[in-house]
Amino acid sequence: MSRVPFYLLVGALLVIGIILTIFRHFHYDVPFMPGEQRQIWEVEAQVNFDAENGPVRVDLALPSNQPGFRLLTENTASSGFGLSYLRDDKARHAQWAIRQANGPQQLYYSAQLLVTDGEEEFLAEPPALQRDIGWERPYDTAAREVIGQAHERSADAFTFTRELIKVFTDQRQGENARLLLSQYERPVLLTRLLNQADVHARIVNGLRLEDGRRRQSLTPWLQVFENEKWVLINPRTGDQGKPDDLLLWERNGNAVLEVQGGSDSRVSFSMLRHNEPASVAVRNQFADDTLLNFSIHSLPIEEQALFKTILLIPIGALVVVLLRVLVGLETSGTFMPVLIALAFIQTTLVTGLVGFLLVVAVGLVIRSYLSRLNLLLVARVSAVIITVIAIISLFSVMAYRFGLNAGLTITFFPMIILSWTIERMSILWEEEGPREVLKQGFGSLLTAVLAYLAMNNPWVRHITFNFLGVQLILMAMILLLGNYTGYRLLELRRFQPLAKDD
Amino acid sequence: MWATPARLQAKGVIGMNRRNIRYIGRYNDRRLYPLVDDKLQTKLLAKRHGITTPDLIGTVSTQFDVKHVVEMVKDAPGFVIKPAKGSGGKGILVVERQQDGGYVKPSGARIERVDLERHVSNILSGLYSLGGTPDVAVIESLIAFDEVFAAYTYEGVPDIRVIIFRGYPVMAMMRLSTAASDGKANLHQGAVGVGLDITTGAALRGVQFNRPREDHPDTGHGLASLYVPGWDALLHLAASCYEMTGLGYLGTDMVLDRHHGPMLLELNARPGLAIQMANGEGLRRRLDLIEKQAETRSVEARVAFAQRHFAREGELASSA
Repeated sequence: MSRVPFYLLVGALLVIGIILTIFRHFHYDVPFMPGEQRQIWEVEAQVNFDAENGPVRVDLALPSNQPGFRLLTENTASSGFGLSYLRDDKARHAQWAIRQANGPQQLYYSAQLLVTDGEEEFLAEPPALQRDIGWERPYDTAAREVIGQAHERSADAFTFTRELIKVFTDQRQGENARLLLSQYERPVLLTRLLNQADVHARIVNGLRLEDGRRRQSLTPWLQVFENEKWVLINPRTGDQGKPDDLLLWERNGNAVLEVQGGSDSRVSFSMLRHNEPASVAVRNQFADDTLLNFSIHSLPIEEQALFKTILLIPIGALVVVLLRVLVGLETSGTFMPVLIALAFIQTTLVTGLVGFLLVVAVGLVIRSYLSRLNLLLVARVSAVIITVIAIISLFSVMAYRFGLNAGLTITFFPMIILSWTIERMSILWEEEGPREVLKQGFGSLLTAVLAYLAMNNPWVRHITFNFLGVQLILMAMILLLGNYTGYRLLELRRFQPLAKDD
Repeated sequence: MWATPARLQAKGVIGMNRRNIRYIGRYNDRRLYPLVDDKLQTKLLAKRHGITTPDLIGTVSTQFDVKHVVEMVKDAPGFVIKPAKGSGGKGILVVERQQDGGYVKPSGARIERVDLERHVSNILSGLYSLGGTPDVAVIESLIAFDEVFAAYTYEGVPDIRVIIFRGYPVMAMMRLSTAASDGKANLHQGAVGVGLDITTGAALRGVQFNRPREDHPDTGHGLASLYVPGWDALLHLAASCYEMTGLGYLGTDMVLDRHHGPMLLELNARPGLAIQMANGEGLRRRLDLIEKQAETRSVEARVAFAQRHFAREGELASSA
C-alpha cells in the first residue's frame, strides 16, 4: 500500500491553498492582518440642470480604477430617469435619459474608492496632434514668440511645458502672455500652444480629495506625452507628477458632463473620508466574475455572516484533532466541544462556562430522577431535551430579573447537543463513577475553551473568512495529523513505568 | 513522571495512534468488524468453528419480548445479560443466583424483576451499543469459573486476554477484579492486570493503577503463585480465532470454566494497550518479529513459534 498518492494529495492541497492565499493577498490587496485600516473616500457627484420641457439625455464621465484608487461600489439616485452604464474604449460614463422633464433637475452619482498604494502606471495612448490650430492676429505672433522663448530654455516636452507655464505664472508676465490670457482660458491655451509646438498633450479632469469638502469642482490638468511616457502637470504652478490626493475623474480628454435637452448644467462634488478595517474594505470590493475570485464575498451580507461562522468550524476541528491525536485528551462526544465553543463565541467565555456548568449540573440531577422512572431511551433523551429547555428558560428569566443581560445569551447553547451530553455523562456516572465523568467533562471543557480561543481570535477569524485557500491548508494539516503514528503527550505519562530500566 | 518519546520507542512501547494506523487499520478489514462487534454473531460463528463459549440461554430483540425474560432465566441458577453490540464491558449485568423472586448480583446487591426488565429494555433501545443503534440482549448462563483463581478475585470472573497478531499469540494478561474496580475487569477502573508468560502461562508481574503490585489488594494472596492451568489449550483456542474471523490484530477474552475448560467470552477488534503495562514490556518487538514471518503456519505451529520466542522470566518475588 503505497503512501505516495497520499502525500501527493497533501502536497497538492498545500500548494493550491498557498497559491490561492498569496493570490488573494497580492491581487486583491487583502491584508494578512485584520487590524489594518484602509482609507475609503466617499465621493458624490451632483448634476444640476434645468430641463426644457422635452426629452433629456445626460452623460456623465465616471472614474475608473487607477493608481492610488480602486473603485469599490457605485450608486446613483435619479428619480424617473432611465440609467445605463456605458463603456467605450477606456472611458466609462453614466447615461441618464427621460422622455419628458421640465424645471430644475438633480441627479446623483456616488462612488466608494479604496485608497491603495498601487505604484504601477496606467497606460494611456497619446492623443492625436491638432494640426489645424488657427490663431487670429495678433495672437499668432504672441504664440510664436512664447513658444520660441520656452523652447530655448528647455530640453524635452516636459521641461518645455514647465517653461511655458512659467511664462504665464511669473509675477512680471510679459506682454505676450497677458495678451494671450485675455483671449483664452489658461489650460486650453496651454494645450493649444503645446500642440502648436508638436507636443502631444491634452486636458484631463481631476478632483482634489479633501475630507468633508462640498460643492467642489473638477480641476483641469495637463497630460503631456513624450516617447511612450506621460506626465501630469499642474497648469497653474507647473508642478510635475500626480499628487496623492488627486482623483482623475475623466482622463481621456472627453467632456465630463454633456446634457441634451437642458440648460445651465453643472456638476459639483462632495466627498468624505473614513477609515475602515481592511476586512470591511475588502468586503465592499466588486466581486470580479473571474473563476479565481470565487469568493464568498460575492454573496449577500447576510449569507456572508453565516459563512463567517461556518468557515471557523474547520479551526475547531483542527483543535479537536490536535488535542486527541497529539495530546490524547478524552472528551465526551468527539465534536461536541466545537459546538460548545461556537456557543461560547455568542455568549462570551465566562458567561458561557458558567451557563454550561449550570445547565449540565442541573440536568444531571434531573436526569438521575428520570433514570428511576424506567423509560425507553428515546423518550428519556427527549425528556432531557425539554428539561434543558426549561432550565435555559428559567436561567434567562432569572438573569433578566437580576439585571444580568449576559445571562440571556445562554439561549445560544445547542440544546440537543447539551441533552446528549447530559445523557452520556449520566450513563458514564452510573457505570464508571464520578471520576470518569469529571475527567471527560474536564477534557470536553478544556477542548471547548481552546477551540473557542482559537476560533474567537481576530486574526484567525480574519484569515479564515478572507482567504478560502486556508481551508485547503487546514485540510492538508488534518490529513497529515491523521497519518501520525507517534506517541500522544499523555501516553508519555501513562507508559512512563515502562520506560524504566530493569 | 514523564517519559521521553525516544525512551518509549527504545522500549518498543506502542501508542494509540500507531496501534490505530499501523495495526488495526492495516490488518483488520472493516467489513469483518460486525463479526466481533456483535457478540451474538461471534457466538454463532464460534459454535460453527467448534470453539466453546458460555451456553446461550436466549436472546431478546423486541421490547415486546422483554416480559418473557423472567420466563427464560427461570431454570438458570446464575446468568449474564449483555448487549450484543456493547463495548468496553458496558451494560453487562451478572446475576449470581435467584432468591425469592429476586436476583442477587455478585456484590450481594439484590435487584427485582422490574430492574431486570428495564435493563433489557435499555439494551434494546441502544443505550450501550456503539452509536446508540438498536440492539439485541444476549442472555448466557453464568460461567462456573475455575476455583484455582478464587483467591485472586473479588466478586468478578477473572478473564484472560491474549493479543493474537496474524494468528500468533503475542502477549497475554489476566485481569483480576477488585473492590476498587467494583467487581469489573477494566484496568483503568482499578482491576489488577497480571502479565502472563506466553510459554508457560505463569504470572510475570502485576499492576494496579499503573503501579507494580505483588498481591491481590482484597484477598492479599500473592500473585507469584498464579498460573493458568491448561495454558497450551487456551493458546490454541485463542490462536484459532484468527482463522475464524480473519482479523489480523485481535484481542481474545477467555475464561477458564470448571467443567468445560477454556471458553471464549468475546473478541475485540480494537484491543487496548494496557496489556503492555501488565507485562512491563512493549508490544513492538514481538509484532515486528511476527510481521517478518512470511510462511503460512498451522495453529499448532504458530503457538509453538510464539512459545519459543516470547519466553520470559517472572519478576514477582516468590512468596508461596
